Amino acid sequence: MTWLLALILLPLVGALVVAGLRSNDRLATITALAVSLVELALVVPFWLAYDPAGERIQQASSMDWIPNFGIHISFGTDGISLLMIAVIAVLVPIIIGTLGTTGKLPEGRTAGGFLSLVLVQEALTIGVFAATDVFLFYVLFEIMLIPMYFLIGGYGGPNRQYAAVKFFLYSFLGGLIMLASAIGAYSLASDELGQGTFDWATLVEVVRDAPASTQIWLFLGFFLAFAIKAPLIPFHTWLPDAAGQAPIGVTVLLVGVLDKVGTFGFLRYCLPMFPEASKQLAPLVLILAVAGVIYGSVLAAGQQDMKRFVAYVSIAHFGFIALGIFAFQPQAMVGSATYMLNHSLATGMLIIVVGIIAARGGSTRISDYGGMFKLTPILGGMLLIAGLSTLSLPGTNSFISEFLVLLGAFDTRPVYAIIATVGMVLAAAYVLWLYQRIMTGPLRGDALVGVTGDTTAGAPVPSGGGGATATAVEPEVGAKKAIRDLSVKEIAVLAPLVVLIVGLGFYPKPVLDKVTPSVEATLTAVQER
Amino acid sequence: MIASSWLLVAFPALGALILLAGGKRTDAWGHLLGCATVIASFVYGLVLFFSTSFDQASDTTLYSWIPVGALQVDFGLRIDALSVIFVLLITGVGALIHIYSIGYMSDDANRRRFFGYLNLFVASMLILVLGNSFVTLYLGWEGVGLASYLLIGWYQDRPTAATAAKKAFLMNRVGDVGLALAIFLMFKYIGSTGYAEVFAGIGDIPPAAITAIALLLLLGACGKSGQFPLQAWLPDAMEGPTPVSALIHAATMVTAGVYLIARAAPIYNLTEDGRLVVTIVGAFTLLLGSIIGCAYDDIKKVLAYSTVSQIGYMMLAVGLGPFGYALGIAHLLTHGFFKAGLFLGAGSVMHAMNDEVDMRKFGGLRSKMPITFATFGLGYLAIIGFPFLSGFFTKDAIIEAAFGQEGWRGWVFGGAALLAAGITGFYMTRLVLLTFFGKQRWREIKSSDGRDFHPHESPTVMTAPMIVLAVGSVGAGAWLILGDRLADFLAPAVGPLAESEHGVLPHAIVPWLTVLISALGVGLAWMLFGRKETAVERPQNVAWPVRAARKDLYGNALNETLVATPSLWATRFAVFLDNRGVDGAVNGLAAALGGGSGRMRRLQTGFVRSYALSMLGGTVLIVAALLMVRFS
Repeated sequence: MTWLLALILLPLVGALVVAGLRSNDRLATITALAVSLVELALVVPFWLAYDPAGERIQQASSMDWIPNFGIHISFGTDGISLLMIAVIAVLVPIIIGTLGTTGKLPEGRTAGGFLSLVLVQEALTIGVFAATDVFLFYVLFEIMLIPMYFLIGGYGGPNRQYAAVKFFLYSFLGGLIMLASAIGAYSLASDELGQGTFDWATLVEVVRDAPASTQIWLFLGFFLAFAIKAPLIPFHTWLPDAAGQAPIGVTVLLVGVLDKVGTFGFLRYCLPMFPEASKQLAPLVLILAVAGVIYGSVLAAGQQDMKRFVAYVSIAHFGFIALGIFAFQPQAMVGSATYMLNHSLATGMLIIVVGIIAARGGSTRISDYGGMFKLTPILGGMLLIAGLSTLSLPGTNSFISEFLVLLGAFDTRPVYAIIATVGMVLAAAYVLWLYQRIMTGPLRGDALVGVTGDTTAGAPVPSGGGGATATAVEPEVGAKKAIRDLSVKEIAVLAPLVVLIVGLGFYPKPVLDKVTPSVEATLTAVQER
Repeated sequence: MIASSWLLVAFPALGALILLAGGKRTDAWGHLLGCATVIASFVYGLVLFFSTSFDQASDTTLYSWIPVGALQVDFGLRIDALSVIFVLLITGVGALIHIYSIGYMSDDANRRRFFGYLNLFVASMLILVLGNSFVTLYLGWEGVGLASYLLIGWYQDRPTAATAAKKAFLMNRVGDVGLALAIFLMFKYIGSTGYAEVFAGIGDIPPAAITAIALLLLLGACGKSGQFPLQAWLPDAMEGPTPVSALIHAATMVTAGVYLIARAAPIYNLTEDGRLVVTIVGAFTLLLGSIIGCAYDDIKKVLAYSTVSQIGYMMLAVGLGPFGYALGIAHLLTHGFFKAGLFLGAGSVMHAMNDEVDMRKFGGLRSKMPITFATFGLGYLAIIGFPFLSGFFTKDAIIEAAFGQEGWRGWVFGGAALLAAGITGFYMTRLVLLTFFGKQRWREIKSSDGRDFHPHESPTVMTAPMIVLAVGSVGAGAWLILGDRLADFLAPAVGPLAESEHGVLPHAIVPWLTVLISALGVGLAWMLFGRKETAVERPQNVAWPVRAARKDLYGNALNETLVATPSLWATRFAVFLDNRGVDGAVNGLAAALGGGSGRMRRLQTGFVRSYALSMLGGTVLIVAALLMVRFS
């Protein structure tokens, strides 16, 4: 058994154990946390063992599943999936750690049930990124929806049923169309080789030489599934609903990790299998990508709800990722691959911080807040750090990838890159406006201020110059008692993300080195055809 | 000394980290640590300055920062004449203002965090000037933008402060896009972003690309330095505490645009069009800033527009290329002294006057605050170009160089710079008269928070830095300009200073003409504000030019109409569209499918044979689709 198989099986076993502990929330939480931390500890040697200079797919293993159709259960990792596996392993313990501080579970639900689904989700998502058999990938791509469906539909907000069904239908339909394309590729292979196979490497060898007209149809099947998942506009409308209704930890999984299967799919399946189609259809994808950058940013600025805000921010960022992939340029594509990691960290932190704010104030409406910083300076600082990474400030992780995407895209596709740079300004606008509305100004908002609360507010009127006069809080109105700053435990949960965000901003080399050869191989596969 | 020059950045960076991450535990000694780190960097800078020869640039690579294939960005520092001058300015003036802030911010409960932000600023600013590639410059460039954002928004309770902070960051980001695109062009055409490689390869690329790079860099410079058309954020930035205005929005950060253009001298030397646009932007902005400066009653806003105008002089100078790089830097240095001194003086006045900024409520303060008056007065004489003080040497040198251009350029640029010198004399005299002379108008009124005024001199921790800066305001200009001391020192970095032969006015006339014009401005201000009493209330029934100047010559209105309002409508429209249009279509489709599935439900008969039939039908459809794909 390879190390990789152990990484997939451990969370599954853990999920069974945690599911058995549904009667004891505390024990279930501790067990799940322990399992996820062991998983993280196992990922460290796995990361170190991957040699970028060696074979592209490492840790490979394979066993027969349905021999008649050449279907195998085979796993392996390249530099890009390595990144994604690592980020899942980092995020899951953090998600488990935030349980409780980012809102309560709905009535009648247990932590055990919730966390076992989270662990199943972790195993399946690692499986999707590690699958090297196209049929296995498809199956995991679809099965992965099931725990997510239950996580949104069972543990989410008031409108969770609608959101869960919408999420499921969208992704499931996309998957079915992908299945049709996968079978098409299979039959091409059986014509060519005399025997069908779903093995990724073999399929790539065969399908990439198919005529352009065939490639385009097969490409579109895969592309649609991934464009829904990623999501690109106009396939995005499920995400704000799903992200808005899902509990915070699940939103992190969904936006931070699951959605990356879409952009990962572009890199692993669309480009190498259908190079000709990729090149011919690139302008179309680039238009969707750049439109997504602008459209997502503008809509993010217009949102009244914090969680929907995060969803639209992600739509803009997925636009950047798609731009970098379909610019067919080495720096841009490395930028996109690392963007997938950095977006998970930045947006993951943003979602958690927003979740903590919403749990404190009991509302996700932005207008229910204002002037919160003076009550919760540490929480305010965390929101600012997450926001600065979201707007790709140099010195944070996201800057590296956005800079690479734009620099590379400018090399081959200057017009698209120039339009996308408008997204840089818009990102500053929506992030700082959100921060301004929630954190700065006089203390205000129904979520923070109550007439009956104890009056810990009334922070001293500041000294100093300037024209305007400070508006003091009305004496009988004070901050609600629930609005307290981060606890030590909450700081400990967020600290690893802060360290990674700043650390990878100043020293991204370890990540860039792991991913560059796999990206270059992908790019060569497109350009040689 | 050079090899460990990263320590220059490390001291304040470590200070910022300890002060911001350490929290309340560091409250007791945080301000002292904040000062100590900057002083340490200043001392290191001094030792470096005296122990090293700056005949050529020395690059040190710290580590490989962004290595991806053909793109290799190192985290490296460049020590040369230009960067070491800036190191001394930033840490020297920075240390003085840190010390001043101990007194100025003593009542603020969050003084420790304030020092953390200031340290963050100094570290970023040092990265900006020390980086040896355009990407490290960009890191510092946005880092100072962040520090500026945090400090402008310092007074959290004022909604205006938060809005001003956001406005500053956004307008800077517009400029930053220009800088980013310039970097992308360098990579596309030269394949590198390091200074050494870019300057070596810039001559071999198409002239249009050189001009494009120059203009995009200028866009970045306009954003950071408050030059037209991105000037509107700088006056609003006065919402920040006054030491911040002195350090960031007068002496150092806002002059980064001038640094950028001087640093990119090898690029600008190759594009005359690019230089001409820089000169035009500088000449236009120096007039714009000085005119608006006449209209404000807010002491800090007058100084802010004065900064806009003075940086216009520096831009004009560096736009003249080899005729002006060193002159622009010289004025930048003396301006760093006298404008920081003026701001600290204004802060001292505000400290004494319940944080009031309206000069109409001041008057006759010279007897109450003699040290502030003396230091402020020396700064005032320096900025209006009083003979033999700093401004006289550095500003006149720029006006001379502008008149040194041939043909219409000489008349237009020289004329604009000369006219603005007169206007500077006017608005600065008005400011001094309203604040320190005339009737003590504050005796009869209360401040806006309802307190009486009890003006008093500031404590020594505040006046000492003001005195040091006043000394610089007096002597720095002569020391830098006479005998071309600075120009010779900078020559290895920006090239030797060229002397014009074909100017439109002889060199000997210009200085005295400038003094004459300035004197006219001073005299006019005395006629209007010195001889008669000023009303506490602002007169509303004024002529059109004054109304226009009070509205920033419609700069903000222009931004509102062209950018802010359309963006707001676009946002509202897009939200509507997404909810009704895109998602509406999807939900409509879902409803149609739902109706369809209701009809389909009748097909679910429960008979296995009909299921088998439908499965067969489905399979046939899929296979048919596959066959079509394969044989098309």
